[in-house]
Amino acid sequence: MHKLTIAQLSQRLRDKDFSSVELTQHFLDRIQSLDSRYNSFISVCPEQALADAASADQRLAEGDHNPLCGIPIAHKDLFCTAGVKTSCGSKMLDNFIPPYNAAIVDNCIEAGAVMLGKTNMDEFAMGSSNENSFYGPSKNPWNTDCVPGGSSGGSAAAVAAQLAVATSASDTGGSIRQPASFCGVTGLKPTYGRVSRWGMVAYASSLDQAGPITKTAEDAALMLNVLASHDQRDSTSINRDKPDYSQNLSDSIEGLKIGLPKEYFGEGLDPEVAQLIEAAIKEYESMGASIKEISLPHTHLAVPAYYVIAPAECSANLSRFDGVRYGHRCEEPKDLEDLYKRSRAEGFGEEVKRRILVGTYALSAGYYDAYYRKAQQVRRLIKNDFDKVFSEVDVIAGPTAPSPAFELGSKTKDPTAMYLEDIYTLPTNLAGLPGISIPCGLTGNGKPVGLQLTGHYFQEAKLLNVAHQYQQQTDFHQLSAPDID
Amino acid sequence: MTVDVKEIAKLANLARINIEDDMANDVADSIGRILKLVDQLQQADTEGVEPMSHPMDAEQHLRADKVTEANQRDSLQACAPAVEKGLFLVPKVID
Repeated sequence: MHKLTIAQLSQRLRDKDFSSVELTQHFLDRIQSLDSRYNSFISVCPEQALADAASADQRLAEGDHNPLCGIPIAHKDLFCTAGVKTSCGSKMLDNFIPPYNAAIVDNCIEAGAVMLGKTNMDEFAMGSSNENSFYGPSKNPWNTDCVPGGSSGGSAAAVAAQLAVATSASDTGGSIRQPASFCGVTGLKPTYGRVSRWGMVAYASSLDQAGPITKTAEDAALMLNVLASHDQRDSTSINRDKPDYSQNLSDSIEGLKIGLPKEYFGEGLDPEVAQLIEAAIKEYESMGASIKEISLPHTHLAVPAYYVIAPAECSANLSRFDGVRYGHRCEEPKDLEDLYKRSRAEGFGEEVKRRILVGTYALSAGYYDAYYRKAQQVRRLIKNDFDKVFSEVDVIAGPTAPSPAFELGSKTKDPTAMYLEDIYTLPTNLAGLPGISIPCGLTGNGKPVGLQLTGHYFQEAKLLNVAHQYQQQTDFHQLSAPDID
Repeated sequence: MTVDVKEIAKLANLARINIEDDMANDVADSIGRILKLVDQLQQADTEGVEPMSHPMDAEQHLRADKVTEANQRDSLQACAPAVEKGLFLVPKVID
């Protein structure tokens, strides 16, 4: 059962091959027996899951049509879940039980999905390897000596290890796409504003966007149909009609124009990754797409712009964790200032403190123009590069990450080495565009590599169509990690 | 760009985070590396470029000024570290 997709399981549930309760119990058993290898879950909620599944079975019996009804999924541990711990991978929120659900959690409940639990992540979504989690790193199911990527490492590992059919995740600088690439699964980051951020613990609010991690592009479409919504409670949520993302999956891509940014194929790209990406492009050519070399000349400024904007916004967002209203509080504070300073020093991990300090620096008097304003100007230059290119091509293709999954501990000494992991994914967030990572093969030593496709604003349906067509011609998305039975 | 330990102490105070003295050098070193990385921004010619704060340059939409949330003090305070009579407790601020 665990090998099947949402689309397949949805049919099997309706054919009464098994019930949602049976399916859910099967996944709970797998988590219990296998997750000690992967550490992909922070919390598992068997009782609630089985109760959700029983209601889903009732709904299915009454003829419910939502494809997610009765499907066991898991949420990244930064989406608030009423009554279920939402830690954000941090000691700061280790004791936090939210009184309400995030918008996407409610959307999934309304669709009848079953929540198995909450997945591991880099603390407050800051990281590219999942090694910054208070609960220990999640491991890559393809090679447990390697990281699953980050920050949504647990969400990607859980799908790759077939411990959940699909997961929710979030992407501020590549946190859906890079772990999807490392774990050989499909990860979609929608257009900024397409999915409500209500109840998603904020990191960098002008960049954060939630999306799904799934086995296939078809499943990503089914998930996005449920996740996407306009929400008045999120002031940056876009009020725009939501298409049926599954509707165009089967469209032909004959005549599709694909742009290859020359900046994404230069120095720093692993040769094996380059080869697999080139093979994927050839596959598209054979399917009738035309390929054009393009240029995104400000790509090299994306990492520096991101590491001003994201820390600046995080230093403001994380000021709410003060040990007063919720979260960690230090023992016996001698005064209010001591309460703030020690609660935050004890509650936050190293990388989070680093980013808060960098952000505080960038926003402090005398530096604002040189850093924050400058970065916001560069951000526009990056967006303008994309706007120009999208007048010539339909989608942009390239590698999701410069290398396949790296070994645990290999990049933890110098924070800036880790930052370069996101060089191909950050520009998409800065511009606010949608992007997807799909598996396009394995390296010689068996590590998955992801192809990244980027579309123009609100072109998720087109991206999913282009990804789905590739998955009709190739079977990389069907490969499972060696130890997964 | 490098930062010294004194500057780290000032930032740590602004950010209300204790940094232990024996960690200050390591923190200064890593923050210095990050600032060196972001200093590449200075190469960019941004003369006349409007700063971008929202990908679609969308404006905040306003809603009618009406009460939409019921008072949920008890449930919202259930996760607070210290509460008394509906108030959050902190160490004495005024002598």
